[in-house]
Amino acid sequence: MSRDSLQLARRIGWRVLAVAATLFGVALLVFIMLRAIPGDQITASLGTEAAALTPAQQAALRAYYGIDQPLVTQFFTWLHELLSGNLGFSVRSRTSVASLTASALPVTLELALLSIVIALLIGIPVGMLAAAAPNTWRDGVGQVIALLGLSIPSFLLASFLLTYAASGLGFNPNGQPYAAPWDSLSLNLQQMALPALTLGFGIAAPIARTTRTAVLAVRDEDFVRTARAKGVGERLLRRRHVLRNALLPVTTMTGLQLGYLLGGAVVVEQIFSLPGIGRQVLLGIQQKDYAVVQSTVLVIALAFVLVNVITDLAYRVVDPRVRAS
Amino acid sequence: MIRTPRPSVPQSLAAVAAGSLVFVSACSSGAGTAPDVKTEPGKGGGTAVVAMTSDPDTLMPWKATQFQAVNVLGNIYGTLTDYDKDLGTVPGLAEKWEPAADGKSLTLTLRKGVKFTDGSDFDATDAKFSLDAIRDEKTAAVARSALANVTDVAVVDPATVKLTLSAPDAALPSGLASVNMAMLPAEAATPATMTALETTPNGTGAFTFESRTPSQSVKLKRNDAYWGDKALLDGVEFRVMPDENAIVTALKSGNVHLAGINDPLVAQTAEGGDLTVTKTKQLSYHALQLKATSTTNPALKDVNVRLAISCAIDRQQVLDTAAYGEGEVTGPITAPEFTSDAGARPCPKRDVAKSKDLLSKAGKSALTIKTIVSQGEYATSVNEAQNLKSQLAESGITLDLEVLDIAAFVKRWVAGDFEAAVALNGGRPDPDTMYGRYFTSAGNLQKVAGYSSPELDALFAQGKATSDEGKRKDIYAQVSKHLEDNAAWVWLFTGNTYTVASTKVAGFTPMANSSLQSLRTTTIQ
Repeated sequence: MSRDSLQLARRIGWRVLAVAATLFGVALLVFIMLRAIPGDQITASLGTEAAALTPAQQAALRAYYGIDQPLVTQFFTWLHELLSGNLGFSVRSRTSVASLTASALPVTLELALLSIVIALLIGIPVGMLAAAAPNTWRDGVGQVIALLGLSIPSFLLASFLLTYAASGLGFNPNGQPYAAPWDSLSLNLQQMALPALTLGFGIAAPIARTTRTAVLAVRDEDFVRTARAKGVGERLLRRRHVLRNALLPVTTMTGLQLGYLLGGAVVVEQIFSLPGIGRQVLLGIQQKDYAVVQSTVLVIALAFVLVNVITDLAYRVVDPRVRAS
Repeated sequence: MIRTPRPSVPQSLAAVAAGSLVFVSACSSGAGTAPDVKTEPGKGGGTAVVAMTSDPDTLMPWKATQFQAVNVLGNIYGTLTDYDKDLGTVPGLAEKWEPAADGKSLTLTLRKGVKFTDGSDFDATDAKFSLDAIRDEKTAAVARSALANVTDVAVVDPATVKLTLSAPDAALPSGLASVNMAMLPAEAATPATMTALETTPNGTGAFTFESRTPSQSVKLKRNDAYWGDKALLDGVEFRVMPDENAIVTALKSGNVHLAGINDPLVAQTAEGGDLTVTKTKQLSYHALQLKATSTTNPALKDVNVRLAISCAIDRQQVLDTAAYGEGEVTGPITAPEFTSDAGARPCPKRDVAKSKDLLSKAGKSALTIKTIVSQGEYATSVNEAQNLKSQLAESGITLDLEVLDIAAFVKRWVAGDFEAAVALNGGRPDPDTMYGRYFTSAGNLQKVAGYSSPELDALFAQGKATSDEGKRKDIYAQVSKHLEDNAAWVWLFTGNTYTVASTKVAGFTPMANSSLQSLRTTTIQ
């Protein structure tokens, strides 16, 4: 084995170890936090009515929900099950968490990807336009758009779009059962359009800002000056040299946002009734469906970590300097 | 018990109304819209799409307390008795019931020809199995306490069961109408069958379970073997839409036919056009619970202190400022047949001078009371608390508000660990099941109520012992008076729910027995 490949193998090994450690940390934290919240499945479902139960009834319910075991036992049983590929059992919907997640994850994944596409389509041009003429009115307009995107809460934008765009324009797939893309692509895209626009608009802002800053920074770099001196046309210069290098921080930013979206689309999924992973966690927390929350959060954490790894790789593709180091 | 009228809240707590599954009571006219959802039935057929804000958290009727689960299961399962639209008790799977002369037993005659979804017959064996299982602590059935007086269930013949009682119990027939008392097949005695019921309900109701997609929908179809008038619809689809605004836009676009809305402001946006909005008074009530037995605040033990608090509050003001005036000032009992007179209290109008007098009579010039308030459980909780605080301040009484997350609130409330609580408690069709558990010395919510007296114990015992309607009304009027005269709590107001229906919907009565039970007479035109 050559020295290079040995180094690569070692690096991958460390990576895998770090991912495993991160996931274990997340698992432990979620487990503890979930149980630190007052109440359990019994108070969650019975509320104040739980006061009317006799101790024997409560004990029977605890056994029914499997929360009569000591916490340490519960944690390691869960971990053991996880390692053998079992995400657990949702006591509320009486199905496996794996099957719930299998139907919810694609919804959120599609939503996240569409949002990112929308965000990039808005964010990059706005950022570039602003950078092309810094401190002019065009820059100002770009800044204002970015500021709006950052400051309008997604629930507000979602309600606005739902009320006016959806019912006002008669474009309203809202209230129809969720259609998967492979069932009806057109209905699916209709259902996704407004939620993706809501999320995309919010993320477009940081992307526009990052693009602007990055373009301005790259423009003054030595290699750009050299290229210009060599007589490269402004257009080509902008596309090949400036934009390509400016995309570096934008890639990082996009990767981060995608990671957040995978777990953070809760509000939008809630308002637009999309059966995604965010809603699954929320419902799980409300109903104190421990297995659902624990395992879903782990899945989200895993997705986040994977997205980070992919972003890292993308970095290497875009920037040769990273490859070299 | 606490019911939650907001969609954004822990649905777990939504409607935590174990027996008070019936959340609606009398129907009053809509806010400038049609006085009632159309009731003349049209042609049959079609599927009604009903929006609900949360997924049912269980399909097991004995354990269902969540509002959405109760609504869905009420259409699938049958109970021995039923509620009519005024929440009176009418025959269900039992055609009639007869108490013995001494009141120590109840004989129920069961309907013949009733079938479960799986085709098996319903008879006395199934009734005995169900009632015995509900009584068994190991089943952890939430309605168990309603059968507390039952000492034995016997099969007399296939169409007759006899309940032996330790004491007369006039509230029992009403209690049997709860979905938590649903009749399950005797085969469910085996764990495997019981487990199967958790995903595939097997009931005797007007609809049968068809399918469920977690967090999306539950589909029912008409039960063609139903013993009564068969449903007119081919099916019902309960669709989960967490946001009430989204529900209204879906109603407007025609994608949803019917929905219950809790937020008055959202309900307003639905008015006009192709939708009708019907306002329905709720059984659940808002109250400032005082804990006379509080160890941390012994002052509350003094009736003069409690009355001082009661006299210092203008209930209409609480309703107007905290809940946009959407509701009615109430006394203790909210059930339509037993409603308390909301003006019959020591201070029918706010009387700050009298309040101060009462306080000085108790030897106090100022008083601080720690009050727990839940955050986010229902829209108006914190506003109510703040209004109460400012009103009481004028009498020299300080409400120290402790705003808690709902889970923390429930934990403290259940443990009775508070001096006062701003609460939204669930109501029930019978005053005995509604308040017996709080205000009798042996009631299982006594430590939460913090008030009992020998007079109340005697009144509740009398109310149970007689089945004479007139006498019972009189007894519970006395209960109500006793509670107000002693300011056990401060009853404030009842809220509304709003049923929004597309004009295509006919034959739906919002305040039917168990919430959405009148879906069986509904048509979509």
